[in-house]
Amino acid sequence: MQREPATSTLYGLMAEFDDPNALTEAAKRTYAAGYRKMDAYSPFPIEPVWEALGVHDRPVSFFVLCGGIVGMISGFGLCYWVSTIAYPLNIGGRPYNSWPSFIPVTFELTILFASFAAVLSMIGLNGLPMPYHPTFNVPQFLRASQDKFFLAIEAADPKFDRTKTFEFLKSLGPREINEVEN
Amino acid sequence: MDSRPDSPHAPAGYQEPPPFIEPGHTFESVTSKISSIVLTKYQPISWIVTTFIAFLFLNMLLIAVGYLFVKGIGIWGNNQPVGWAFDIINFVWWIGIGHAGTLISAILLLLKQQWRTSINRFAEAMTLFAVACALMFPLIHTGRPWLAAYWLLPYPNGMSIWPQFRSPLIWDVFAVSTYGTVSALFWYTGLIPDLATFRDRAKHKITRTIYGALALGWRGSARHWQRYENAYLLLAGMSTPLVLSVHTVVSFDFAIGIIPGWHTTIFPPYFVAGAIYAGFAMVLTLAIPLRRMYGFEDFITMRHLENMAKITLVTGLIVFYGYVTEVFFAYYSANQYEKFMIYNRMTGPYAWSYWMLIFCNGVVPQTLWIKRLRTNPIWLFIMSLIVSVGMWLERFVIIVTSLHRDFLPSSWGMFYPTFWDFATFFGTIGLFTTLMFLFVRVLPMISIFEVRTLLPQAKVEGAEGH
Repeated sequence: MQREPATSTLYGLMAEFDDPNALTEAAKRTYAAGYRKMDAYSPFPIEPVWEALGVHDRPVSFFVLCGGIVGMISGFGLCYWVSTIAYPLNIGGRPYNSWPSFIPVTFELTILFASFAAVLSMIGLNGLPMPYHPTFNVPQFLRASQDKFFLAIEAADPKFDRTKTFEFLKSLGPREINEVEN
Repeated sequence: MDSRPDSPHAPAGYQEPPPFIEPGHTFESVTSKISSIVLTKYQPISWIVTTFIAFLFLNMLLIAVGYLFVKGIGIWGNNQPVGWAFDIINFVWWIGIGHAGTLISAILLLLKQQWRTSINRFAEAMTLFAVACALMFPLIHTGRPWLAAYWLLPYPNGMSIWPQFRSPLIWDVFAVSTYGTVSALFWYTGLIPDLATFRDRAKHKITRTIYGALALGWRGSARHWQRYENAYLLLAGMSTPLVLSVHTVVSFDFAIGIIPGWHTTIFPPYFVAGAIYAGFAMVLTLAIPLRRMYGFEDFITMRHLENMAKITLVTGLIVFYGYVTEVFFAYYSANQYEKFMIYNRMTGPYAWSYWMLIFCNGVVPQTLWIKRLRTNPIWLFIMSLIVSVGMWLERFVIIVTSLHRDFLPSSWGMFYPTFWDFATFFGTIGLFTTLMFLFVRVLPMISIFEVRTLLPQAKVEGAEGH
C-alpha cells in the first residue's frame, strides 16, 4: 500500500532517549512548557516519569474495593442461602445460619472477585487489548519494550505546532525525533 | 534496606552484599539473554532429555488415571480404616509446594526484597503447575469425577442437592480453586510487558502474532505502567492473605476431624510453614539445574541460592517445632488416645516413616547453618530433594499412622500402597516437569522488565530507589 503524505494525518511527534534520567528530565520540561496531551513510553515502570507527567489516578483501587465487597456478599449470600433456604440440614444441632463456618468461603470469594477486578480494571482502563496504535508506526518503537525510552506529544494538544514542537523536542537533547502518523 | 549503597547507618567495616545482578549488564543484554532462550530453534540436549523422560511419566499418569476410571478406586491401596491415603497425601504435598511461588511473588514484593525478581516468574509457574497436579487428586479420588461435581461445586442440579458449607472439605474446594485462579491472574499480569518484548523481538510472523495477541497491545505507556503497578501491588497484597488461608484451610481438613493426630490447634501455622519450606526446596530443585542449563549464574546468583537456603532453614525449624509440639500436646493432654498416637508413630509398624521424617526435616536442614554447605549448589540440590521426600513423609505420617489405629483396637488395620498408587504419584511428577520445561521453552522464565529495574542505570537521580 502506498502511503500518501498529503492524506496521512499526524498523530504527533516522538522523541527517543537513551536512559530513564533523560526521559524523566524531558517529561518534566515538556509538562512545564504547557503540553498536556503527551505520553512517555519505557521498557519498565519509572515512577518519577508518572509524577512528571502529572499522572495520578487510582480508580483501580476503587474497582478492587467494589470487587471485594461484591465477592464478600456473594460468598456469604451463597452459604447462607444454601444452608438456610435451599437445602437446610441439621448438622450436629448447629444453627442453619452457622456463620463462623461460612467465613472461609466468604473470604476466598472476596479475594477472587477483588483480584479479577484488579486485573480487568487495569486492562480495561488502559484501553487494552489494543492491537493497533499509531506509535507502532515508528520503526524504532520496537525498542520501547526493550531498551529505549520515548516521549510523544500528540498533535491533538492545543499547544502543538509541527515546527515549534519539533524545535522544542530538539532542545531536550533526544537521540532522534520521529513523526508519528495515524 | 541493605541495597542502598550510601546507607548512613552502616557500621564501620560493613561490607556491601554483592549485587542481585552481576555487574556489566545493560538493558539490551538482559533482554537478549533471557529472550534468546525462547526465540531460537536451538535447545540444549539436557532440555530435550529431561522433557522426554518427564513426558514418559506423564503417559504413565494417563494410563494410571485411565485404568482408575475403568476399574474404580479399588485399584488403590486405601481401604478401611485408612480411607484417605496417597490421594490426599499427594494433594497436600503438591499444594504445599505451590506456596513458595506466591510467597516469592507476593510477600517478598511487599517486603521489598528485590532479590525475588530473578526467581519469581518460574516460581509462579511452579505454583500453577503444582496446583494443577494437586487439583487432580480431589477430582480423581472420587473415581467418577463427572458424577461427583454436585457435592464439590454449588450449582443447581437435578437432585436439588447443595454442598455442605459447614464442612472443611468444601472450604478446601473454594480455597484451592481461588488460589489457582488468582495465581494464574497474577502470573499473566506479570507476563504482559515481557510478552510485548517477545512480540517486538520475534522474527517469525506466526510467533510475533501469538505473542502480540497475548501482549494485548502493550506499549509501555507511562499511564499504563502507573495503573499496572497499582494493580500488581494490590494483587500482591491480596495474594498474601490468600496463600496463608489456603494451607490453613487444607489443615482444617484434618484439624476439624476428631482423629488423634489430626485434632490439634497447631495445624494451621505448622502447615503453612511446612508449605513454604517444601516450596522453597522445590524452587531450589528447579533453579539449580535451570541456571546451569541456560547459564543464568548472572541473574540467579549465589546470593539468591543462599537467601532461599536461609528461608528453608528457618521454615524447617518452625516445622520441626511443630513436631515437638505434637509430642508435647500428646503428653500434656493426659489423654490415652493422644498418647498412644505418638507412641504408635514412634514405635508402631510405620515407625520407619516417622524417623525418616525426623531425619529429612529435622536433621538434614541443620547443615544449612554452615556457610560452605549453604553456598554449595550441589549440596543445596541434594538437600532440597531430601526435604521434598521429608515433606511427603510428613503427610504420610499424619494421614496413615493417625488413621490406621484410632480409638477402637478392633478397627485397626494396615495400609499397603499398590503399583497404581505409585504410578499416579510419579505420573504427576512427570506432568509437573513436562509443564515446567514447556513453560521454559515458550515463555520468559525470568521477568525481563523487573530485572531491568534492578540495573544501576535504571535508577533515576533524585528519586527514591525502590
